[in-house]
Amino acid sequence: MRIDQRFTDKFVKLTLNLQAIFTVGILMIIVFIIFIKGIRHFNLEFLLTFPEDMGRHGGIFPSIVGTILLVLLSLVFATPLGVGTAIFLTEYTKETKLTKIIRFGVESLAGIPSIIYGLFGFIFFVIKLKMGWSLLAGALTLTIMILPTIIRTSEEAIKSVPKNFRMVSYSLGATRWETTTKVVIPSAAPGILTGIMLSVGRAMGETAAVIFTMGSSLRLPTSLFDSGRTMAVHFYILAREGISMEKAYATALVLVLSILCINVLAYYYMHKVMSRYS
Amino acid sequence: MDVKISINNLSVESQEAKILKNVNLSIYKNSILGLMGPAGSGKTTLISVINRMIDFEEGLKISGEVLIDGENILDNELNTVALRRKIGTVFAVPIPLPRSIYENIVYGPKLKGITKRTVLNNIVEDCLRKAFLWDEVKDRLHTSALKLSGGQQQRLCLARALALQPEIILLDEPCSGLDPISTAKIEEALNELKKDYTIVLVSNNTKQIARATDYTAFFYLGELIEFDVTEKLFTNPKKKETEDYIQGKFG
Amino acid sequence: MIEQIKQREEKIRWILTFCALSSLLFLFLIFAFILIEGLPLFYKVGFSNIIFGFKWAPTKGSFGIFPMIVSSFLVTIGALVIGGPLGLGCATYLAEYAGKKRKIFLKPALELLAGIPSVVYGFLGVIYIVPFVREVFGGSGFSLLSTSVVLGIMILPTVISISYDSLMSVPRAYREGSLAMGATKWQTTWRVVIPSARSGILASFILGMGRAVGETMAVIMVAGNALKIPSSILEPLRTLTSNIALELAYASGDHRLGLFSTGVVLLIIIMILNYIANFVIRKKVIK
Repeated sequence: MRIDQRFTDKFVKLTLNLQAIFTVGILMIIVFIIFIKGIRHFNLEFLLTFPEDMGRHGGIFPSIVGTILLVLLSLVFATPLGVGTAIFLTEYTKETKLTKIIRFGVESLAGIPSIIYGLFGFIFFVIKLKMGWSLLAGALTLTIMILPTIIRTSEEAIKSVPKNFRMVSYSLGATRWETTTKVVIPSAAPGILTGIMLSVGRAMGETAAVIFTMGSSLRLPTSLFDSGRTMAVHFYILAREGISMEKAYATALVLVLSILCINVLAYYYMHKVMSRYS
Repeated sequence: MDVKISINNLSVESQEAKILKNVNLSIYKNSILGLMGPAGSGKTTLISVINRMIDFEEGLKISGEVLIDGENILDNELNTVALRRKIGTVFAVPIPLPRSIYENIVYGPKLKGITKRTVLNNIVEDCLRKAFLWDEVKDRLHTSALKLSGGQQQRLCLARALALQPEIILLDEPCSGLDPISTAKIEEALNELKKDYTIVLVSNNTKQIARATDYTAFFYLGELIEFDVTEKLFTNPKKKETEDYIQGKFG
Repeated sequence: MIEQIKQREEKIRWILTFCALSSLLFLFLIFAFILIEGLPLFYKVGFSNIIFGFKWAPTKGSFGIFPMIVSSFLVTIGALVIGGPLGLGCATYLAEYAGKKRKIFLKPALELLAGIPSVVYGFLGVIYIVPFVREVFGGSGFSLLSTSVVLGIMILPTVISISYDSLMSVPRAYREGSLAMGATKWQTTWRVVIPSARSGILASFILGMGRAVGETMAVIMVAGNALKIPSSILEPLRTLTSNIALELAYASGDHRLGLFSTGVVLLIIIMILNYIANFVIRKKVIK
């Protein structure tokens, strides 16, 4: 009986261990495949030249620029709104009906799938507000999509700032806003930054919400009302329409590596900050 | 002697208990008042009423009045920011803000709108000297305040409170976590400071109260049991509870 | 000066309130516009003709999305069957068995899975999983099975992180009490820890389903997008999300409205799933 139990225990441990290894293995295999297949068609020229013949030849320069512009523009809108919301929820109000409703709203936004964002952005920004398929419409759509991430991580970061710091600041005659900007936000900044970086990763990899709002023009976007094609959309089109597997892999390499780098940095940063307070 | 703070019929209640019961107390200008009593006697609450930090506690009912220079600071219309700029507070544990020594001290003055570098420099030196910390840190004003020892940090907090150029200084058990040498330095500083300020010192160390204060108020379970000149209260207490507490029978 | 400060503080409070309300505004706008565009067709064609209709030929006036509703349901269940146990196993290993050193490496690695774009999952699905299914099981490979596998992997991060959090929130004393009575590690985990964390685990499954039902690009690439209810796990299918994404770019008139009607149904399914997940989590807090 006892030997039986001990055997079960060991067996279970092994099985669970294998499951974890399998899951991490998937991640590694994905990164490995993308890397091995992509690196062969990757060079500096690929990054810096324009695509030719629908992307069959040439590079992805406009897509890189389009991705960066789209992500930056979304951050410009989403960061103040998101951090402002987090400040309101943590510093400016107690738990009331209103905060409950706001939290419900944020949770709901977080659960909405990206294709719905695409539908909404398409009908609202592109058609009703007459922005057309444009950088601006894409950025505004992504703003709403990444807002919940920024709000939640900022809120966590702000909550982890010791209450004592606030007390000292108030006792020295600071107002609520002065305490928020001079003490709370500087201490919470690393955590907030982590949230922003995670949103960058999410925005970069997004396809469904972007393709119907920013379009998929291969030209270099030069104004807010220009259409453009992000790396993720470019990759999707190359792969789905079977235009060029080589270029698809190389694009995926650039996309996945950038996202991984940003996320690794974000998690590393978060880990460092967490260990500072505990 | 002029009365700086006059507390009349002050009561503080939470939903479960009365924290302060009908307290009447006068605090005199240019003196040190010691508040002593066992844990839970309401000393800290009294201090947080005076600087209105009590606003951050929820579910409390406050009645009575607290007059500072004749103005009732419990008035709802009162601007707490202006009030707190008149009152320097030092908390039980040293809480330096996560920035440099220099930045800690100029935090209050900068909020008041003082931006001139030379003026700020003077404030920093002056306040650090008054807190008996200048000699120890003058060469590293721009290093992190978190690197100071506990005793130094608490003196920094005192200097930071002084930098507000307040009229009143409230100290809530400022020496509870400090070694005897640091404690002696803070007491020495307070003795110098009372020339210019009105000081309230909370402590549950009776010896410190006896050493460092001019007047003593003894609190027990939210009530003011006895108030007198420190010397008199310690040599000739009128109430049984006071005597027992001083002799260390409880607390 | 004090008056000025007071005025500034008031202004700032208003600005922050506006920021906080913006989320609600966006949520309202999303619902309003999806409903405004999507509902009219329900009146015109008839509710049951859309929800229970079998034929989707939007240019000829048929807007039946029943096969897509069933397909969305099937891929979601399929994803859960594959991703649920695997995710729970990983979470259990991380929370109960993994040593500190391993955890520091495994936890972030698993979180990084969430960062890989869905198009990449779809692409690798086409390149590796679809041919594998074709070779081993037959059929075209574009199928319910392939889609379930891809989605099962995609929901892992959601399932793992939420299950893990709920396992970790089980008080230590429960474990110690059980071990002290002579139970083995696994008996403790299976009979004490997992039951105590069951509402969180359930929520992680429901949120994982939410993720699966809403996934679009990866599904388009591996599902085959056929307009019928699959009769076996090896047949192709088209989900609600793929229907929208496949046709939105060129649809106009009633056809476009039909896609918004699809969106309405999708939105309602998602809201119900989120509501259930929230309810399950909150019930635990009250208890």
